[in-house]
Amino acid sequence: MNIVSAPILSIVTFLPLLGVLIIAFLSREADNNNARFAALWTSLVTFGVSLLLWINFDTQNPDFQFVESANWLGPIRYKMGVDGISMLFIILTTFLVPLCILASWDSIKTRVREYMIAFLVLETLMIGVFSALDLVLFYLFFEGGLIPMFLIIGVWGGERRVYASFKFFLYTLLGSVLMLLAVMAIYSTTGTTDIPTLLKTPLPGDLQWWLWLAFFASFAVKVPMWPLHTWLPDAHVEAPTAGSVILAGILLKMGGYGFLRFSLPMFPLASQTFAPLVFTLSVIAIIYTSLVALAQKDIKKLIAYSSVAHMGFVTMGIFTATVQGIDGAIFQMLSHGLVSAALFLCVGVIYDRMHTREIAAFGGLADTMPVYAACFMVFTMANVGLPGTSGFVGEFLTLLAAFKVNTWVAALATTGVVLSAAYALWLYRRVMFGSLDKPALAKLKDINLREMTVLVPLVVLVIYFGVYPAPVLDVTARAVTQLVENYQLAVGAAASVAP
Amino acid sequence: MIFKAIVFLPLLGALIAGLFGRVIGARPSEIVTTGLLLFAAVLSWIVFSRVGFDHEVARIPVLRWITSGELDAGWVLRIDTLTAVMLVVVTTVSSLVHVYSIGYMHDDDSRPRFFAYLSLFTFAMLMLVTSDNLLQMFFGWEGVGLASYLLIGFWYKKPEANAAAIKAFVVNRVGDFGFALGIFGIFYVFKTINFDAIFTLALDVAKPDHADHTIQFLGGTFNTLTVLCLLLFMGAMGKSAQFLLHTWLPDAMEGPTPVSALIHAATMVTAGVFMVARLGPLFDLAPTALQVVTFVGALTAFFAATVGLVQNDIKRVIAYSTCSQLGYMFVACGIGAYGVAIFHLFTHAFFKALLFLGAGSVIHAMHHEQDMRNMGGLAPKIRFTWVMMLIGTLALTGVGIPHLIGFAGFHSKDAIIESAFVAHTAYNYAFWVLVIAAFMTSFYSWRLMFMTFHGNTRAAPDVYKHAHESPSVMLVPLAVLALGAVGAGVAFAHYFIGNGAEAFWGAVFEGSPDSAGDAHGAAHDFPEWVAWSPAVAMLLGFALAWLFYVRNPSLPDATARAFPSVYKFLLNKWYFDELYDWLFVRPAHWLGRVLWRIGDGRIIDGLIDGTAATVGWVTGRIVKLQTGYIYHYAFAMLIGVALLITYFMLGGGLSR
Repeated sequence: MNIVSAPILSIVTFLPLLGVLIIAFLSREADNNNARFAALWTSLVTFGVSLLLWINFDTQNPDFQFVESANWLGPIRYKMGVDGISMLFIILTTFLVPLCILASWDSIKTRVREYMIAFLVLETLMIGVFSALDLVLFYLFFEGGLIPMFLIIGVWGGERRVYASFKFFLYTLLGSVLMLLAVMAIYSTTGTTDIPTLLKTPLPGDLQWWLWLAFFASFAVKVPMWPLHTWLPDAHVEAPTAGSVILAGILLKMGGYGFLRFSLPMFPLASQTFAPLVFTLSVIAIIYTSLVALAQKDIKKLIAYSSVAHMGFVTMGIFTATVQGIDGAIFQMLSHGLVSAALFLCVGVIYDRMHTREIAAFGGLADTMPVYAACFMVFTMANVGLPGTSGFVGEFLTLLAAFKVNTWVAALATTGVVLSAAYALWLYRRVMFGSLDKPALAKLKDINLREMTVLVPLVVLVIYFGVYPAPVLDVTARAVTQLVENYQLAVGAAASVAP
Repeated sequence: MIFKAIVFLPLLGALIAGLFGRVIGARPSEIVTTGLLLFAAVLSWIVFSRVGFDHEVARIPVLRWITSGELDAGWVLRIDTLTAVMLVVVTTVSSLVHVYSIGYMHDDDSRPRFFAYLSLFTFAMLMLVTSDNLLQMFFGWEGVGLASYLLIGFWYKKPEANAAAIKAFVVNRVGDFGFALGIFGIFYVFKTINFDAIFTLALDVAKPDHADHTIQFLGGTFNTLTVLCLLLFMGAMGKSAQFLLHTWLPDAMEGPTPVSALIHAATMVTAGVFMVARLGPLFDLAPTALQVVTFVGALTAFFAATVGLVQNDIKRVIAYSTCSQLGYMFVACGIGAYGVAIFHLFTHAFFKALLFLGAGSVIHAMHHEQDMRNMGGLAPKIRFTWVMMLIGTLALTGVGIPHLIGFAGFHSKDAIIESAFVAHTAYNYAFWVLVIAAFMTSFYSWRLMFMTFHGNTRAAPDVYKHAHESPSVMLVPLAVLALGAVGAGVAFAHYFIGNGAEAFWGAVFEGSPDSAGDAHGAAHDFPEWVAWSPAVAMLLGFALAWLFYVRNPSLPDATARAFPSVYKFLLNKWYFDELYDWLFVRPAHWLGRVLWRIGDGRIIDGLIDGTAATVGWVTGRIVKLQTGYIYHYAFAMLIGVALLITYFMLGGGLSR
């Protein structure tokens, strides 16, 4: 039997739930390690199976692949499939979850079973978001992801976890209520919730306007775009390390993915109208949050603000509606998924040892933790977008595209490369360099084998994709080209109709 | 194969020393990296002779890099005469610095790391000079920036070293801001970033009736090529520490001295000059941009020389000298004499590396003393170093007999000054500024020699007593560089700037085979006094330094007291650090705090105060409700989602 004819996408999506079942049936009294290993193995197998998707993915085909479709709730179908835009987000998800479970190995000591269950459920929902081909199905996965994330922050978070988790919850929920209304409006207009069909169905211009805004509310909160970003630093600071990794690595990308899957192709006219708004907000995000990052005293907050700045390049790139801009935005999201995840994992390493995230509490760690210092340096450089790291490719392509559209946008956004260097190197200096004069730090041990297993793959990938981004760009190329062509057709048609 | 070997052997060395240095130990790390670089240097000279004299030009694809839409930038090694010259400069100086560092760093615990960084730097620099498109050049550009950052901050326990490292990176990023925008603009106009394609297409764009002759940039309409060249040149200004973006270079002296010699004198800082020369066919079509290049170069040559007059740190004097000499090279570029610029780059690499490594030998002898006010009378104690420094000084100040023969700097620097005269800048300013700078060059160079080596010593007695000559592993590289400082001018003038130049350079600086070939070499048509003026300036500088520091050593203090404001102005480097701190650094931090506390805190969270209040309210309730069982949360959430779905189904059904 051909591997492609197996429901491989559903298998990848729901495999983590099998792990949930196993953990649920583990005896309560059993050692927590059983739950840890069950979760780790489940996520590793899921990752392995997901690689089959990548291997069998036809890069020459711009349409959805591995499509599965079944009747479900009346007009709503269970329909799954991936194209060049969504493909690699699934791999990113399945790749990061095992790392998260490893990173939580020692640091999560209470309710380990529940924690692992929450993570595996979250994994299913995240993969679902990127593979759903029905609007309602997408909405379910998209909103469902809120629950385990909310729990991860609210139950296993820091001191102000309840405040942070509710802020996170309210922000995202308010956005998604509007999206729900938009989904309903689309259904009542077109009579379908099938995404591939909707992608080929032009919507009336004035309706696009409202739908665009409704979807925007939801995605802009997720990305997050300025000025809807203030939930993110709080959520990151209070979330456990692995929670931050998933938050920065995957959940933020759902917003960017939403723009690419819905806003741009389904509402092209509105996208064109609102592009200047997005550019303005993106540029503000890049400059504003970079400056704010300079003032931070908490390592996680600094990285959180840096995330907002980096996602600014993504939103800017998407709405240039050019091949380079969108290729760059996708690449930037994948790269940021690796780099921000890695940075939060790095913070976790020293948080586990010192139980503080205060920048001022550290200094001179390069002396006692040289391997850790080297890893952190690679990620810092990727964060500032040094060529040769994955961080460069996306930033470069999005800025290249922005220059075509508006030189002011390009010039202002490019100042982000100066500011990111300032805050990232300043952070590195205060944590890693200087003399080791705090007695508590002198006894710190360098990263152990488990931590190395988590960080080294990220180091390798960050450099690999920086030097040879072709495996990613080849996957996205055809789908992005088609997206841009359709967009230009729609915009061009509207322009020729207008007097 | 030979080209790939030259570029990638240093990377191999860096990886071995960097990843396994701890395992294999310091000495094997040194041997591996140094050995690989010496090998690469030998190969480079072979390539140099094959390309420069036998005109073998090559373009070797290595790997795909970024492809997106029309953009196709690959990893490609481009080998022509300009690259070959740079290969020789980079690998020669780098391998000598590797050898020297074995001695200089012998009691440092982190030697594998040091040698890994040195080799990494060399690799990045080689990628830069072999680039065939702007993107790979940018990779090398930022790669050397990274290595420079790591090496300046090599002694990471020193706060000054860390500050200098960050400053170097960030100031360079300001330049790279322009460079990046230049690349975006080039792609926007030409739809390609490969050099040869750009040069061909630019010939059309330069025509006034071409659609892309002007460009909309930041609200204005400008000549396309002028804007693009100026943006790219901003990158060159950062990397080559030109006026306004120079502030990082003197601070970079916090790094170990071999680093200063390799990165901050001979190679990395010349990348800007290399860039303008490489893009010569493009700059030639943008006369306004070239005028800016000339002006900035002349201004830097003058400014840096004035500051160099009064500095007391031996390394900083040489650093400002480097800055000033880079200005000379840019003047040559700006007047279209790319061959002359690269010739000065070539000779300067030898004698400036020699001066730095010589200064390192002095510092080594003096147990890490760098202040020349605590030196003096060292010549008899470290005679070999003294001779080497003397040769370096003679080369830098350009000692020679016009039309006949001289040290390396004589051939290259005088050629720049003569070309500047022939180029006829307004009021001949470029020529006169460079002559005055030559006078100051001579003064500060001899001041350094006299303060360090001559007169009575001002060193502490025990330091002076223990001052000792460096080991031969440090002295041999000095001798090799001295050979270059003496002979590089005589040996190569014919090819770089003389009658052999046309054959030597080939079409490197020409946009296309049929473009009118102006020589790009040295000018020959100028009055006799022009040839003699740098020599006179040099002699006057020497005489004045002799008067001040040998004949009457009380004169410097008296002069400083007579003109206190001038002295302070120069000593404080025209107050650029203070100015930038006040203009950029403080406002950025202030703005960051304000945006965070007031923007995020009061306004955004405040505006959504309803939300914030709700959060507080709900939080209170939930905490009270908290039973400690997470299933309650989960259940509540699921109910919520179920309600939404039901609503959807109902809503969708009703509207049908």
